[in-house]
Amino acid sequence: MRDVTLTVNGESRTVAADVRSTLLDLLRETLHLTGTKKGCDHGLCGACTVSVDGERVVSCLTLAASVDGSDVLTVEGIADGDQLHPLQQAFVDCDGFQCGFCTSGQISSAHAMLHEHARGDLSTASFEAGRATVCDGPKALSDNEIRERMAGNICRCGAYANIVEAIAGVARETK
Amino acid sequence: MKTFEFEHATTVDGAVDRVVATGGKYYAGGTNLLDLMKGGVEAPTALVDVRRLGLREVTATESGGVLIGSGVTNSALANHPLIRSRYPVLSQAILSGATTQLRNMATVGGNLMQRTRCPYFMETAFAQCNKRNPGSGCAAKDGFNREHALFGASESCVAIHPSDMAVALAILDATVHVHGPDGRRDVPIAEFFRSPGDEPQRDNTLRAAEFIVDVELPPSPFAEHSWYLKVRDRHSYAFALVSVAAGLRVEDGVISAAAVALGGVAPMPWRVAEADAGLIGQPPSDAVFRRAAERIMAGARPLGQNGFKVDLGKHSVVRALTTALRVT
Repeated sequence: MRDVTLTVNGESRTVAADVRSTLLDLLRETLHLTGTKKGCDHGLCGACTVSVDGERVVSCLTLAASVDGSDVLTVEGIADGDQLHPLQQAFVDCDGFQCGFCTSGQISSAHAMLHEHARGDLSTASFEAGRATVCDGPKALSDNEIRERMAGNICRCGAYANIVEAIAGVARETK
Repeated sequence: MKTFEFEHATTVDGAVDRVVATGGKYYAGGTNLLDLMKGGVEAPTALVDVRRLGLREVTATESGGVLIGSGVTNSALANHPLIRSRYPVLSQAILSGATTQLRNMATVGGNLMQRTRCPYFMETAFAQCNKRNPGSGCAAKDGFNREHALFGASESCVAIHPSDMAVALAILDATVHVHGPDGRRDVPIAEFFRSPGDEPQRDNTLRAAEFIVDVELPPSPFAEHSWYLKVRDRHSYAFALVSVAAGLRVEDGVISAAAVALGGVAPMPWRVAEADAGLIGQPPSDAVFRRAAERIMAGARPLGQNGFKVDLGKHSVVRALTTALRVT
């Protein structure tokens, strides 16, 4: 066992962890933050998406010991107290889920994705628009861009149309 | 998963020393290695974490190229202003692979070191895989092989290298700078990966405990006209059946520089010098592009299920070159 210190949703936490522990298992089983879900445990489904030092990752393929000292944001840290984040409210308003198992990963992922777009990051969809867009980043977040940027979050219920609608609405409002 | 020693390296020399001493492996993003450890395909006795070495800068070189630290994440590289403006095909190739979450974790060094996704390699329940268990045989050769190699394979292994980034690095003539127990050396990207021959467990030409420090790109003639076309079973988040990195420079209506590399069809990015040479000096046209496509696919040796990739590859080369030409 070794000590791992993380700042989780703004709070410093030090826990003893097996060297084999993933960040996902540490969050769920040691810190009891079970909003982050274990879907495939192989980095394929995105249900375990959290942000580490501001960038979204799959926590199932993140070795906890490797990110010792990092800032972690989970779905539990996205709302402002009892006030839902606009993305969370949009998922409710647009029916952006059915069974709900992928939802915390979808929201964590979309939360980081809006930040990436705001700072001008690209997706493969951006290349269709020519060199100027590749250099500057796409101004608008088209449905095509949202789908490509959210490709790492699988929804087995197939709620994609409503997920895209929820994210697109927030992207328009926060522009 | 078997347990292992774990430590953070703080210097490159220190990292190399610890891998020599422990017989362990370098650990960066972990997106491939940790997954293989979960499945029992890899069982290193020690991990030497290289995330705290720095090596996260992309810098312009005096010659007009760039130097890319091996610890730069795939996302950071694809979105770097120098890469977007001077080497857009590299951004496009990287962004064609995996997902944002994985690209935020995966590093340049790790991308080159990732293993094949051949299902017989990835799953230990299959008894035969010469890459995982040398001498056990190759289940893919006469098995499920629609995603496997057309070029560069051997009797012992027909797996492909899955990197998209490396396919772009191939047309950009990258050099990989490595550091090992015997000091530093430079490995041209064309000599980095190796054909399996009778040692399929060795994916590349690195020597024991050598560590990738950075990757250098010379100035590119393809900033204006390049394209990365990735053809796969679904629109996003899948490995390539065939991919094409294509770069052109056109001066006074004539092609003055050209390079094409294929991904998804060999244990390395696949280039054919005669195909590139046949483009140079020609005015770009469908016929010229078709001839290049025929030349690059001429040496294909299909397996039982992947013959469709020969025709797919020809069409993909023509489309990638045509799209590169039209980029505005």
